[in-house]
Amino acid sequence: MSEEILQVENVKKYFKIGPNQTVKSVDGISFAIRRGETFGLVGESGSGKSTLGKTIVGLYPATSGKIRFDGHELGNLDRQTQRKLNREMQMIFQDPHASLNPRMRVGDIIAEGIDAHHLAKGKERQELVYHLLERVGLRPEHAERFPHEFSGGQRQRIGIARALAVKPKFIVADEPISALDVSIQAQVVNLLDDLKQEEDLTYLFIAHDLGMVKHISDRIGVMYLGKMMEIAESSDLFEEPLHPYTQALLSAIPIPNPRLARKRERIVLSGDPPSPVHPPSGCRFRTRCPYATDICSKVEPAWKEVKKNHWTACHLYNQ
Amino acid sequence: MSHLLEVEHLKVTFPTYGGEVQAVRDVSFYVDQGEVVAIVGESGSGKTVTVQTIMGLIPAKNIKDGNVRFNGKEILHLSKKEMRKLKGSEIGMVFQDPMTSLNPTMKIGKQIAEGIRKHQKLSKAEAKQKAIELLRLVGIPNAEERYHQYPHEFSGGMRQRVVIAIALACNPKLLIADEPTTALDVTIQAQILDLMKELQKKMGMSIILITHDLGVVAEMAQRVIVMYGGTVVETGTVFDIFENPKHPYTWGLLRSIPNLHDKEKKRLVPIEGSPPDLFSPPKGCPFAPRCPYAMEICVEKNPTPFHISNGHTANCWLNDPRAPKVEAFIAEGRE
Repeated sequence: MSEEILQVENVKKYFKIGPNQTVKSVDGISFAIRRGETFGLVGESGSGKSTLGKTIVGLYPATSGKIRFDGHELGNLDRQTQRKLNREMQMIFQDPHASLNPRMRVGDIIAEGIDAHHLAKGKERQELVYHLLERVGLRPEHAERFPHEFSGGQRQRIGIARALAVKPKFIVADEPISALDVSIQAQVVNLLDDLKQEEDLTYLFIAHDLGMVKHISDRIGVMYLGKMMEIAESSDLFEEPLHPYTQALLSAIPIPNPRLARKRERIVLSGDPPSPVHPPSGCRFRTRCPYATDICSKVEPAWKEVKKNHWTACHLYNQ
Repeated sequence: MSHLLEVEHLKVTFPTYGGEVQAVRDVSFYVDQGEVVAIVGESGSGKTVTVQTIMGLIPAKNIKDGNVRFNGKEILHLSKKEMRKLKGSEIGMVFQDPMTSLNPTMKIGKQIAEGIRKHQKLSKAEAKQKAIELLRLVGIPNAEERYHQYPHEFSGGMRQRVVIAIALACNPKLLIADEPTTALDVTIQAQILDLMKELQKKMGMSIILITHDLGVVAEMAQRVIVMYGGTVVETGTVFDIFENPKHPYTWGLLRSIPNLHDKEKKRLVPIEGSPPDLFSPPKGCPFAPRCPYAMEICVEKNPTPFHISNGHTANCWLNDPRAPKVEAFIAEGRE
């Protein structure tokens, strides 16, 4: 078994939106996720982070590039292996109101994967559902109810139980807490943390709340307009962000400490992110970058390990 | 000196098929001239309904009790016409979602000029000039050109700037901003918060900022009102609330957010359980069912505000001299 459970190599995902228009949502991304780690993926809306997550689990076919999961290359697999991988890679979605079928009972929602993969039947299936409900902090009798009878946080727990039902190895959690209240977010994050320990899971955790991402992740990748800008160990990234975009992103987080918040100097980026239909030439961030020079518009910066385990794509580090 | 805005014993309910929702239950607070006051709370805490009542957006039949005084004048029972006049000249509002608070079929400039013409009796050309000035004021480049564009041609952050421009069009004394940056990305949020701070200084207005983001509160507010289950549970200066909070709900809020400066990973301390059911709110303290320190009296009787220090009050029985001393564990070392 290799140390890396997932390898993404130069993956691109384009969407055609008109006769001559293509959105390059994910534009040549390579990275790997180690077995047992939580990899946080951050970026603003339109950066392509959700598209990348969905491409990895196979909800979108990649336009080009290679994705290897547990030694298998996705895309040209025999049916049996494909089914196995479908089971081993699961996803938790952002909106707990939209991701559960309102006309199905919670027990059936959770058991859908169990049925599809013929994992259990009858009494055994029921026991499994009850067990899963308890695992995520709900009660067995909740199996008979419908999604509308639950609060947002509870629904997110149901979504987690559904993902766990098929004994996955790898879970893509796409903004699993953004729709929840602050006091409930911590409940769900702790639950995800516990499950990871107990079930030997690997997570790809997508979010825009950098505080939570830092809390939950071992390593973090920062995306901007379809490109990876920086990858580092989570503490390194926060202590010494290398890419000017990461620096600005971190300095934009409001700090929940009034004294510190009043002292600090912020890097406020001017302007909005450009459209992913016509991304800037060279470095995608150059139009908002305070350090941009000539070379940034001409040459796309190379992806480079600037410090140990700390990668970035920026001309500032290309001497 | 009297307060710019005074809300007293406000009570708002909504009839539904499931019964009567008691959205706001006896809320009192004030806002002074030139002050930024943040209202924090989770969904269902009543923060939005409270400010909608101030803005006259809640039908009179739902307002069961209370007073709202603006500049010393009762405004809860104004006629439609008087309320419109007040909204056009003294109170401005910025809503959460910049995508839905603008008219998609109307040019941006016209939407700004509309209010100016109505309330300031300016000519068309003068109103246009003022609208372009406002667009510049809120940091929109190429204001003349942008004046003639439609909302869909603006990004989310730019739209929120336009909404702020509209709210500021009549130099209001009070700006009510309901989650103004929640729908925006962090880098854009930083821009909008900076803009609001700058405009507040320049124009000397007061701001009521509704948010659930404690980071935004720390950055913007001078005073904080913490709401839970339709009531105010604690109020004080931003330093009182962050450094010497006296209500277990406030402790819970502060503990449940991760500290960016922690070197090692600490487990988050969530508030267990879920917010109260507002169809039949508990007789006692609304937070008692989730409170780890709840005593018998908490379930029996809703506490009245305890005065901690000048301007700092907490509605919690733990502040009674007879209550046991609880070692308030606030997120230590939060820097």
